[in-house]
Amino acid sequence: MPAFAGKTIFDTQYTRYETMWEYTDKLKDHFFNPRNVGEVEDPDGVGEVGSLACGDALKLTFKLDKNGKIADAKFKTFGCASAIGTSSVLTEMIKGLTLDEAAKVTNKDIADYLGGLPEQKMHCSVMGREALEAAIENYRSGGKKKHELEGTVVCTCFGVTDKEIERVIIENDLTTVEEVTNYCKAGGGCGGCQGEIEKIIEKIQGEKVKEVPVSAPRRAGKMTNIQKIQLIQQTINEQIKPALRAHGGNIELIDVEGNKVIVAFRGMCAQCKLTEFTMKDVVEAKLKEFVSDELFVEEVKESAQEPHNHRE
Amino acid sequence: MKTVYFDNNATTKVAEEVLEEIKPLFCDLYGNPSSMHTFGGQIGRRIRQAREQVAGLLGCDPSEIVFTGCGTESDNTAIKGTLAAMPNKRTVITTRVEHPAVLAVCRDLENHGYTVIELSVDRQGQLDMAELEDRLDDDTALVTIMYANNETGTVFPVEDIAELVTSKGAMFHTDAVQAVGKIPLNLSKSNIDLLSLSGHKLHAPKGVGVLYIRKGTRLSPFMLGGHQEGGRRAGTENVPGIIGLGKACELAAENLEAENSKVKSLRDKLEKAILQKCPDCRLNGDTDNRLPNTSNISFEYIEGEAILLMLDKYGICASSGSACTSGSLEPSHVLRAMGVPFTAAHGSIRFSLSRYNTEEEVDYTIDKLPPIINQLRELSPFVTK
Repeated sequence: MPAFAGKTIFDTQYTRYETMWEYTDKLKDHFFNPRNVGEVEDPDGVGEVGSLACGDALKLTFKLDKNGKIADAKFKTFGCASAIGTSSVLTEMIKGLTLDEAAKVTNKDIADYLGGLPEQKMHCSVMGREALEAAIENYRSGGKKKHELEGTVVCTCFGVTDKEIERVIIENDLTTVEEVTNYCKAGGGCGGCQGEIEKIIEKIQGEKVKEVPVSAPRRAGKMTNIQKIQLIQQTINEQIKPALRAHGGNIELIDVEGNKVIVAFRGMCAQCKLTEFTMKDVVEAKLKEFVSDELFVEEVKESAQEPHNHRE
Repeated sequence: MKTVYFDNNATTKVAEEVLEEIKPLFCDLYGNPSSMHTFGGQIGRRIRQAREQVAGLLGCDPSEIVFTGCGTESDNTAIKGTLAAMPNKRTVITTRVEHPAVLAVCRDLENHGYTVIELSVDRQGQLDMAELEDRLDDDTALVTIMYANNETGTVFPVEDIAELVTSKGAMFHTDAVQAVGKIPLNLSKSNIDLLSLSGHKLHAPKGVGVLYIRKGTRLSPFMLGGHQEGGRRAGTENVPGIIGLGKACELAAENLEAENSKVKSLRDKLEKAILQKCPDCRLNGDTDNRLPNTSNISFEYIEGEAILLMLDKYGICASSGSACTSGSLEPSHVLRAMGVPFTAAHGSIRFSLSRYNTEEEVDYTIDKLPPIINQLRELSPFVTK
């Protein structure tokens, strides 16, 4: 008996590993019997997004009829079942639409058409919308324009820009970093950009984010300077290091002067161009949460003249 | 439809003989071995027998066997217990390809002031012994290196490693969860100090593991409480699990030969046919030093989860190191450590067999898999005709 046809699997509690059994029948149908596979001959628009390294990629081609409606659309997809299923569904959805109508299709429309997607797979629907957009853009520029990233890159692991993040937040009414990761992968690699994503969410959702009741963090009362430094070190060790370590980076506490916490980033994090406005913010937020609101963080850059004796 | 189970490195079927052995332990012989009455006390004898059966498979003394709740608990106990007993040494050496039950523990140690060295591996997934020797020093408390890799089946030269490590005065632990029952062991002739195994990987039920602790090894207990397991692991014994594991070890000893002949030839047949029939495939792991039951194959240009779902339609169970199945957005840490390109890691499939697999199942899979690979490649934008 295939596992997803059996009831037992559905009856168990879902974990991240079981997402593949959460696919709707419609998605499974489009995965096992994909429609419109291939490339339209002599296409009017071509949209290519994703890459082999990222784990999924989609090439969408379409041809218009004499009334300017999409007469034919085909896809080629590298990716998991939901990436293939969403691509197949997308080609069905856009046939017969004018380009203006097609341009209005959102990732949510694609997911809804499928009867929903597992949360962790929502990025597949976003990839579909991006490919469609890229193909339309390609057509409107007379076939010259290839898909280009708009905005500045926030997530370097998966190459996601602030504009893309803003868009998934608005279109899907997202309020947490985890949701943003599910929808466009941003923040799902080293996690170094999660502070930046949080800021984007706050900028867009404003009050909505703050509405969520947050319990006041449990903090130490009055501390001696030594206690404070110990707590800062402990917070860095427990709350910050593991995330950085996971991606080959590290952080070192250099000094504490009053409320100024001086840290240095090592390994991958030190070379990361985004260090300035992301890592520092993440560290500062954690220290404010776990130690004291008063703290602020400064970063020292590693210099060849001042060798540190930190272990490697 | 029949299930074709090629995912035995994830878990295994409980052997019928094991099930028969433990059936009476739930409703009839449910006593607590610590009780003073005969009803409970007789269970103690059965546990002693299980301990002897496990020791028989490992080639050690029964007193060196401690039953735990799972392989992960055995690993945690070995690592943390050793370090707690050696407070003056602060360095731990491991590898980048360990199971999370070891790797996550080691990475947590870094937060507690330990220096953790993660040895790298080459393209076959093998270690550089010279690098290990180079990194060992007076501060090294423990070296923990797996016997065989769960994803690729690559077997490390653990006996040589144990000799090297112990000659330098450090303790040596090995996570042998995948090796036990597939590779002959004789711990009485080995330098291994600590060894972890898990019941459900060798046809015993889930929820029971073993930590082998060489006589004279100083280890602080992880679970404190009652006097069970000679004070080395408190908590009422998982009686059916332990007795089932004893029986499973006895069966494993009897089947060791078959694992290395029958199972191996089935694996080889499956692997050879797949590589022959599907273009653009690569085998991951060290083919000269590999578990007899495991085959890890990367299919270029396509993604693992999609392959698994297609196989699942035919009742064929396997697993993948792709991002979509790893529970994160990045593919297997083992394949990445081996330098397998992301593209091939995303399309990796692991077949792991057991003595319960048949030639018919292998033929069935050889028949079903190539069309699946072709079908998915027809969908892939990276395949150009």
